[in-house]
Amino acid sequence: MVTTAAAAPVLDLRGIDKRFAGVAALRGASLRMHAGEVHALMGQNGAGKSTLVKCLTGVHLPDAGQMLLQGRPIVPATPLAAQRLGIATVYQEINLCPNLSASENILAGRLPRRWGWIDWPRAHERAQAILSGLQVQADVRRPLGELPVAVQQMVAIARAVSQDARVLVLDEPTSSLDEAETARLFDALKRLRDQGVAILFITHFLDQAYAMADRITVMRNGCTVGEYLPADLSRLRLVSLMVGRDFDTEGATQPMPPPPADTAPVLQAQGLGRRGQMQPFDLQLRSGEVLGLAGLLGSGRTETARLLFGAQRPDSGTLRLGGQACTLRHPAEAVQHGLAFCPEERKTEGIVAELSVRENIVLALQAKRGWRRFIPRREQAELAARYIRELGIKTADAEVPIGQLSGGNQQKAVLARWLATEPRVLILDEPTRGIDVAAKHEIMEQVLQLCRRGMALVFISSEIPEVLRVSQRVAVLRERRLVAERDGAGLTEAQVVAIIAEAPATHSPAPRRHAA
Amino acid sequence: MNTATAPARRPRPWRHPQFWPAATLLALLLLNWAFNPGFVSLSWRDGHLVGPLIDIANRAAPLITVALGMTLVIATRGIDISVGAVVAIAAAVAATLIGGNLVIQDGQQVYVARTPMALALLAALGVALLCGLWNGLLVGVAGIQPIIATLILMVAGRGIAQLITQGQIVTIYYKPYFFIGAGYWLGLPFAFWLALGLAAVMGWLKHRSALGLFVQASGANPAAARLAGIRAGALLVGVYAFCGLTAGLAGLMISSNVKSADGNNAGLLLELDAILAVTLGGTSLLGGRFSLRGTVLGALIIQTLTYAIYSMGVPPEVNLVVKAVVVGVVCLVQSPAWLQWRPAQADRA
Repeated sequence: MVTTAAAAPVLDLRGIDKRFAGVAALRGASLRMHAGEVHALMGQNGAGKSTLVKCLTGVHLPDAGQMLLQGRPIVPATPLAAQRLGIATVYQEINLCPNLSASENILAGRLPRRWGWIDWPRAHERAQAILSGLQVQADVRRPLGELPVAVQQMVAIARAVSQDARVLVLDEPTSSLDEAETARLFDALKRLRDQGVAILFITHFLDQAYAMADRITVMRNGCTVGEYLPADLSRLRLVSLMVGRDFDTEGATQPMPPPPADTAPVLQAQGLGRRGQMQPFDLQLRSGEVLGLAGLLGSGRTETARLLFGAQRPDSGTLRLGGQACTLRHPAEAVQHGLAFCPEERKTEGIVAELSVRENIVLALQAKRGWRRFIPRREQAELAARYIRELGIKTADAEVPIGQLSGGNQQKAVLARWLATEPRVLILDEPTRGIDVAAKHEIMEQVLQLCRRGMALVFISSEIPEVLRVSQRVAVLRERRLVAERDGAGLTEAQVVAIIAEAPATHSPAPRRHAA
Repeated sequence: MNTATAPARRPRPWRHPQFWPAATLLALLLLNWAFNPGFVSLSWRDGHLVGPLIDIANRAAPLITVALGMTLVIATRGIDISVGAVVAIAAAVAATLIGGNLVIQDGQQVYVARTPMALALLAALGVALLCGLWNGLLVGVAGIQPIIATLILMVAGRGIAQLITQGQIVTIYYKPYFFIGAGYWLGLPFAFWLALGLAAVMGWLKHRSALGLFVQASGANPAAARLAGIRAGALLVGVYAFCGLTAGLAGLMISSNVKSADGNNAGLLLELDAILAVTLGGTSLLGGRFSLRGTVLGALIIQTLTYAIYSMGVPPEVNLVVKAVVVGVVCLVQSPAWLQWRPAQADRA
């Protein structure tokens, strides 16, 4: 599928520079794409991938450099201008209107009209046809927000491709999809590729890059490291190119020996559950222990975490913290009891974008202390400086609004917020989603250090190898039910997948079916 | 990315959040001065300063007071449109309790209050606090949208004030009470001192307690603030109650200044001026970051503008239009599109 180097590229970016508030995000970055190829753009957080894409799609104006589309220089000043040039984009966070129907989202700005009125039957028909082209079945009349996330993602792609795009840019399109959904997305992308669309695919998943990409461009520190054919590039080499040093992908962290069995549990859930969210489950957690929650997206992992943290009130069961029974009615009570929870949705539930990095870091500790026991500004600054240093948060200074940081650094700041409260139990829900390999290891290494000093950890991730690597015990969830609990030692990915894939027992209630 | 050295920031005063409000106020003051050379004249009479600037400070005091309370409400993504009605209620309570008679004893004027003044003031402020508490419970506990929740009291409040005054305009004949709204202390209007004192106390609480952080965090991202352990419900109740209290204080200033309480007209449309003052001061109606200094500037802008319109002899019929034009310009100048702010979303690659 790889086009010969002789063929003229459909898109050619050369020497792109971009600075933000004095910090160089791009330094002479380049990118070439050919028609009919899937091109993976890879790099760590902060490598400049999204910035490069945003220069291309008219979100940012590059400070220097040249962009050629089919040989002609272009300077898209707005996303709309880029769209008109045939450059369509699907961003990491789905940028659609959840209150509007799928049809409206797909056809917004170009709804078919008759006599000046919107021709709804034709609009729905056309939207349905576009979605069917991507092998998606969904009721296009329903508000988008009621459709599963995967379908929303496909709608975003449908919107992009239905504008006769010559270049389609996908920024982390699979970060909110499960495997089956990802596979379906890939099928759709392959069909688009075969129609001659040049697809730029930004991802952190090595597997997906190798499965999909015809070519890979690696970025590091705002520069383009090089362009490679997947066949010529080993995974280890790719990772070390991204990181800039040789890197051991396997076994960077070793599970610690489990704490002695007679250690008193710090957290004990008995029959905890909530109708429609999570079937009652039992869980025990001892101090210094790492419990992994494995399961597919929507299997009840997040619901379990929210029940433990009091973010969702259970309607059955009991929770004991440090041997003491307690009913958590509000996350504030959980925080008082030494619980901490990094939610899955970093942007909507984690960071407070307009507040500074410092304020974001001290937030939970200040909430735990109450409004009267104010943490003096100097102490706040010291706390922030300490975590910026220890977790390697990349920011110009602690007073920058956290919204300006890259995703991985935002995640580190949210983690810092909780570490500052010195929790007894830390719940991490997909802490490494949308984060590069090196940051992942840094974050996990920091957390495991704390576990060695007695903190208990509940670790939730879609990536089973990651769960296995850190967990002493693994609880497997399926269809909102805790179905198995295993010792982490000697457990293999295949075994976990087998548990997840087991046919549900007959007595279990029918899982809620998605429209897709 | 180089993070070790902080980037040298070029000084850009117009990016400072209070630059435009301050510039607007200055421009309005200069405009007044240009039209009326006596505008900046200050003289000392009867133990206090006299002059147009002092008038503006005195008249702006109730608006500053209400707008300060409103700032907190708006920072939590809320709005309180009942403050005008609460002003009327507090004024009615104070006026009815004090009332006052002019008595001549041995050829001397003696002022007699129906109820001890301290008690009357406490009662008026207490009732205002209760009004705010009611709003807070509707918003923070019952979860009603702020504009609807406070609409209830906005409509009902005028009726309550009428009930208290029995449909009459209650005149106050008790001289010590006039000090609040018309008295002077250290040469400046006492009400202005009150408003500034309120701003100072709030500024202290914002920067020396965690309340500023909590209000801004739960206004900017309620979901994240909740998960971080902030109890938004209690916070909202407190914020609305406080806003009610500031409205009550403004009610005392106004009724003391005009020596009467009118259930129908006291504080009429004050909520809109207060919201305007907050907006002019640069606090976003979307919640989050708030600026007390900006609000004080905003309230002074409104009062100076009103003064300018009257003193320049603009016909009263068009003065609302003039006000609207000025406000529109100030809001436009502060809008992101105008400032061409750098995109908030930096590199997230």
